Amino acid sequence: MGGLSQKHLLGLEYIPKSDIEQILDTAFSFREVLERPVKKVPTLQGRTVVNLFFEPSTRTRLSFELAEKRLSADSINFSASMSSLTKGESLRDTIQNIEAMKIDLVVMRHGTPGSAFQLSQYVDAVVVNAGDGTHEHPTQALLDLMSIKEKFGHIDGLKVAIVGDISHSRVALSNIFGLKRMGAEVTVCGPPTFIPPFIEELGVNVSYHLDEVLKEMDVINVLRIQQERMKTALIPSLREYRMLYGITRERLAGLDHELTIMHPGPMNRGVEIDGDVADSEHSIILHQVLNGVAVRMALLYLLLGGQEAKGGANA
Amino acid sequence: MLNQTKLEGKLLLKNGTVYQPENDKLQQQDILVQDGNFAGMEKSIEVTDDMQVIDCDGLVVSPGFTDIHVHFREPGYENKETMASGSEAALAGGFTTVCTMPNTDPPVDRQEAVQFIRRRQESLLVEIHPVAAATKNRAGIELTEYGDISAAGAVGFTDDGSPIANSGVMRRALEYSKIVDKPIIQHAEDLQLRAHGLMHEGKVSISLGLPGIPGISESSLVYRDILIAEYVKSRLHLQHISLADSVEIIRAAKARGVKVTAEVTPHHLMLTDEAVRSFDTNTKVHPPLRTRRDVDVLRKALVDGTIDVIATDHAPHALEDKEQTFDLASPGMIGLESALGVSMKALVASKITDLNTVLNRLVVAPRRVMQLPMEFYVPNSPANLTVFDPEEEWVFRKEHVYSRSHNSPFFGTKLLGRVKGVINRQHLVNFGLNG
Repeated sequence: MGGLSQKHLLGLEYIPKSDIEQILDTAFSFREVLERPVKKVPTLQGRTVVNLFFEPSTRTRLSFELAEKRLSADSINFSASMSSLTKGESLRDTIQNIEAMKIDLVVMRHGTPGSAFQLSQYVDAVVVNAGDGTHEHPTQALLDLMSIKEKFGHIDGLKVAIVGDISHSRVALSNIFGLKRMGAEVTVCGPPTFIPPFIEELGVNVSYHLDEVLKEMDVINVLRIQQERMKTALIPSLREYRMLYGITRERLAGLDHELTIMHPGPMNRGVEIDGDVADSEHSIILHQVLNGVAVRMALLYLLLGGQEAKGGANA
Repeated sequence: MLNQTKLEGKLLLKNGTVYQPENDKLQQQDILVQDGNFAGMEKSIEVTDDMQVIDCDGLVVSPGFTDIHVHFREPGYENKETMASGSEAALAGGFTTVCTMPNTDPPVDRQEAVQFIRRRQESLLVEIHPVAAATKNRAGIELTEYGDISAAGAVGFTDDGSPIANSGVMRRALEYSKIVDKPIIQHAEDLQLRAHGLMHEGKVSISLGLPGIPGISESSLVYRDILIAEYVKSRLHLQHISLADSVEIIRAAKARGVKVTAEVTPHHLMLTDEAVRSFDTNTKVHPPLRTRRDVDVLRKALVDGTIDVIATDHAPHALEDKEQTFDLASPGMIGLESALGVSMKALVASKITDLNTVLNRLVVAPRRVMQLPMEFYVPNSPANLTVFDPEEEWVFRKEHVYSRSHNSPFFGTKLLGRVKGVINRQHLVNFGLNG
C-alpha cells in the first residue's frame, strides 16, 4: 500500500475518498491487532510524537496516547489551558520550542479554527489535527465512519443525522465532510439557534423537528450539549431541549425500523440522550471508542511513512 | 529610508499627463516648480539651462492624494506606527494629506491631543488632520468638546473602532456637531450582532468553522444612523462600507437629500471572504471581507458616487499582534503603500471605470467629504504633486512598505499603477523618477 496523498491530516474537507478508504482499511487491520493478547507492534519504534493539547480532552488524548504506545512510538505530552496562553505569547513561540526538540509528528487540540493549518505552516513535522475549535476534528469523523462501516458494511447510501448543537460542535463539520465524501445523505437537526445559517451550502438537509427526522434515518450521531451554552441563552432550558431533541426510549419506541445510535462523548445522560438508550443494543458508542484507537494507529502509521514497516498492520 | 531632497531652483516635470481636478480631465502639460513652489503649468514650457528636468512621458501627474482614514498609532502604540513612519508610508502611496483616527492611547478626545498632532505634523512631509473622538475616552456616553477641539484643528468626530451603539448618544452627537459643521463619522457595526464573529458569515465561514459576522451587523447600523442624521439634519460620514445592502440604503438616503457620505477601502474593492480560507490573519479585518456580489456592488457604487471616496483604513499591527490564532489576532491591515495599485487593479484593470474617476475618488472627493481646502496647482504656493505610472504592473512585496508594520494580505499580488515621486512641502520624494 502507498502512503496518503497528504502530508498532514488537518481536516476532511479536501481529503480524497481514496485516502479515507485507505485509512479505514488499515484501521480494520489494526483492530485485529487490538484483539490480540499482546497488542503492541514495533512499527514506529524510534519515531517521536508530541501531543499538544491546548484544551482539556479526555478521550481523544487517551486514544492518541494509546495508539502511539501500541505502535511503539516515543510520545510526550504538552498541555496548556487556553486561558494561560496570554496574548503576548504566540502560538508560534510555543510551537517553535517544540519544533526545536526534533519531533516527527504533532497531534494538536486547540480552541481556534485554523490553528492546525497555521501550525502546519510553521513546523517541518507532520501535523494531525485533534480538533481545532469548531472547525474540524477529522480523527473523530474517521472513527465514526469506521464504526458505521463496521455496522453496515458500507457507508454509501445511508441516511445519517447529526443531532444537537451543530454551531459549537468540534465534531459536526468533519462528520459532514467525511460522510458526504463517502456517499451518505446527511441531515443536521437541532434548535435553530444551534444550527449556523448557510450550513445547507455544504449539501446537508436541515430540520428542526427530530421526530420527523428519526423516521427516515439509519444512523443518528448525537452531540453533547455543553452546559455552558445555557449562559448565552441560546436555548431556554435543558428541560425543553430534552423534550424536543432528547434521544429517549419513548421517542425510539415509535419507530418502525432499526436506528443505530452514536455519540462522540462525553455524554450528558438524561439531557441529549437517556442512559438506557445509550446502553441499549441500538448504541455503538463503545465500538466508537475502540475504533478510535485503531483509526489513530492507522493514521500515524500511514503518515509516518506508510511503507511496509516491520511488524506493521499485516504482521 | 526615503530618498528625499529639498527643492531649490527650477524643476520641470516634462510631458506628464496632468489630472485636472475641476473637470476630471487628463491633459498633456509641463509643470514648473521653483524653489518647491508651483510656478506654472503650460502645454509646453521651454527647457532652459537652469532647470532640472524630470521626464514624465507616460506618467500621470496629479495633486497629492488624500486619505481620510488612517491609524498612525501615536501616541501609545509606537511599536506599530508613528506619525513619521506613517507619513513615509503615505508618501510611498502618493498621499500628501491624511486624517488620523483617535484610537490612540490616550485617545484624541481633547484639544491638547489635537494640538499635539497638529504640531508634530508640521515637521513632516504629509499634512495630518486629526479626527477626534466623538465621545470622551471613546466610551460612547458623553460627548467631547466639539467646539474647543474643532478650534484646535480636528476635522471630524468618530469613535471609529468602537461604534456609537447608543441611539440617544448618536442623536446628540449628530445634533451637537452642527455647532462646528463637522461630520460625525461612524464605523457602522452592531457589536452585539458581530458577537464573537471573526469573518463574514456565509458559506465560507461555515466550512472554516469560524464564527460569522452577519451582514446585518453593518446594514442595520447604517440604516439607523442615516435615519437619525436625516431627522436632525446633520452631516454623517460612514466609514469603510463593505456590503451591497448598505449601498442600497445609502443610495436611497442620498436620493432623499440626506447629508450622508461614505467611503470604501481598497481591500473591500478587491478581496472576498474566500481569502480567509488561507487562515492568514492579515485577512482578519473589521468590517470583514464580504462576498463577490458585495465587491461588485461596491465597485459600481464608488463609480456612480453612492460611495464618495476611497479611504484605506491603514491599520498597522506588529508581527506579534498578527502571528496569532485567528481569534487573538488584531483586526486590520496596512493600506497606504498598496492603495493606488489595488484600487487601479480593482477598478481600471477590471474595466469598471477609468483612471480619471479613480483620481477623483483619491484627490477631490476626500477633500470634499472632510471639507479640506479645494485649491489645486496654486501659483507661488508649495507645489503638491504625485507622479505615478498608470501602466506599470508590479508585484507588491515587503520591501515596498515604509510603515513600521507589515500586515498586508497583498504581498505577492500583482498590482496596477505605481507611485514614482511626490512633491510636497518644498521636498521631492523620489521612488523612481528619472532626471
